[in-house]
Amino acid sequence: MSVVSKSGPVQSARSSELAVQCRRIVKEFGVGEAKTVALRGVDLDVSPGQMTLLVGQSGCGKTTLISIIAGLLNATSGSLSVLGEDLIRMSGSNLVRFRQKNIGFVFQQYNLLPTLNAVENAAVPLIIAGQPRRQAFEAAKQILSSVGLGSRMHLLPNQLSGGQQQRVAIARALVHEPRLLVCDEPTAALDAHSGQTVMELLRRVALQPDRAVIVVTHDNRVFNFGDTIIHMDDGVVAKVEIPDRSMNGNTNSMY
Amino acid sequence: MNWLALRMLTGDRSKYFSLILSIAFATLLMSQQVSVFMGIVTRSASQIIDVRDADIWVMDNKVRYIDEAPYLPSNELQRVRGVPGVEWAVRFHKSNMNARLPDGNFRNVVVIGVDDATLVGSPREMILGELSTLSKPNAVFIDKAGYEYMWPNQPFKIGQEFQLNERRVVLEGICKASAPFTTLPILYTRFTEVERCLPSNRNVMNYILAKPVKGRDPLEVCKSIEEQTALMALTQDGFFWRTIDYFMGSTGIPINFGITISLGFIVGAAVAGQTFYLFTLENLKQFGALKAMGVTNARLIGMILLQASVVSGIGYGLGMGVTAIFFTFTNRIAPMAGIHLTTVAASGVGFAVLVIILLTSIFSLRKVLFLEPAVVFRG
Repeated sequence: MSVVSKSGPVQSARSSELAVQCRRIVKEFGVGEAKTVALRGVDLDVSPGQMTLLVGQSGCGKTTLISIIAGLLNATSGSLSVLGEDLIRMSGSNLVRFRQKNIGFVFQQYNLLPTLNAVENAAVPLIIAGQPRRQAFEAAKQILSSVGLGSRMHLLPNQLSGGQQQRVAIARALVHEPRLLVCDEPTAALDAHSGQTVMELLRRVALQPDRAVIVVTHDNRVFNFGDTIIHMDDGVVAKVEIPDRSMNGNTNSMY
Repeated sequence: MNWLALRMLTGDRSKYFSLILSIAFATLLMSQQVSVFMGIVTRSASQIIDVRDADIWVMDNKVRYIDEAPYLPSNELQRVRGVPGVEWAVRFHKSNMNARLPDGNFRNVVVIGVDDATLVGSPREMILGELSTLSKPNAVFIDKAGYEYMWPNQPFKIGQEFQLNERRVVLEGICKASAPFTTLPILYTRFTEVERCLPSNRNVMNYILAKPVKGRDPLEVCKSIEEQTALMALTQDGFFWRTIDYFMGSTGIPINFGITISLGFIVGAAVAGQTFYLFTLENLKQFGALKAMGVTNARLIGMILLQASVVSGIGYGLGMGVTAIFFTFTNRIAPMAGIHLTTVAASGVGFAVLVIILLTSIFSLRKVLFLEPAVVFRG
């Protein structure tokens, strides 16, 4: 287990195998008087095989941080290693390929293609990667079965409930077997029960020994699913909690 | 990825059909108007096109278009015949006269007077009667549309007598002829019959039709004729375009049609552009998600261009099909005879549709290309 605080990273025995390693990440938007500092020097380590929750109030910088980790935004300064690759120095086209191969996304609003059914939606990452459609659909069917949508795989997104749509989105995020799964508020648009189901699913299906899962959330009902809870405030890591999963609901905090 | 682009496009049926219909409507409007415009303008020179035996038209050097040619002295014919490079030259008449029917009705008609001996300039395709009967005394031929205009709702028959400039003539044939600009009946007769109908005129020859010696460039022969006779000599093509240029420059036809065609283009571009833009805008989150998942900008450009091409291809085909059907039916109506969908109109409109769709795509592409993939994380 790796945990870092504002004062510096707390390394674990597996630090050499970190999935994500952020150091002094700063992100500024705009210039001059309009300049806004979203991240003010974030240090963060994420290990594979664990679910890391990134929590905090709106505007604290968690979405900006997750965008940078996923290679969707460039940091203004700092260093970032994801799955052993230096994303800060990676060129645009390599970054696109890296994302395509290694990162799975689960979005708050699912972002499923409304004209594709569940199988087709789940198969999209494989089709993007150039896999033949038939093979991609077969793989998508398997993963949809594993998330419990075996009987609804030919329905369009608007024929599915919110929870089911998010399960399709999880299937889509996992179908190409990425090593890092990035989830942005996956339970925000869901009721409590569906939210619990989705989080259980993420732990059961997504979490693998060689895969790290980062979940951005402000839904404290799902905090108990995280192996590490990183609290952000005003662009910095304010607190790191390591829930003791053996002691129901108890956590150890580090500042 | 092409599959994905097409599924995104066709999945939203209402937008998909709106896009196709907007392109089809723009295509229909533009192709229909361009074809009518080309048909009407071509009609202004239809009597030039219908003369297929002669390559050279000789006329007064101030002539601006076919309907406005003063008569030439008959000795000009001999002078043209004497120009080296001229194989043969014959007289030709074109004017408007009055035709009075036995029931008292009268019609203004276009009269074409052809050389008695050679019949150069006479119609090529007869519907009723034979070309040789034009040599009979008082014989005239009339074009099909003209017959229907002069004897409406009557079956085709020949032998009717009527007066041309108060001289008796006999209808000996019904022929095919290109519709004239004014839609007047066209009467073909021999030159001597024209002289009989216009007794007060000293000269009735307003054109000399000539053929260059085999192997000689008609343009060179025209130049020789002009140098030696001080008349104007034009190739058939040259006279055709001179006549069309006159109508283009001296009438409101090009402006009026230009406005309608431009409106078709603008409406098509606006409706298709807006619909396609909205379609892209509504899918922006999805495009963002695809970008996040590793779709490159080049692939997104390909997807949007494919969507635009499919919509424009189907819309263009549909619009052209409706235009073709429209002209198939209207061609049977005398005032619309000869106006049809031409290759030039189809190509021109195809180009216009391409411009519409490229403009449309560019606006949509801008949105997608400048889209930050991180947008997918903003709820």
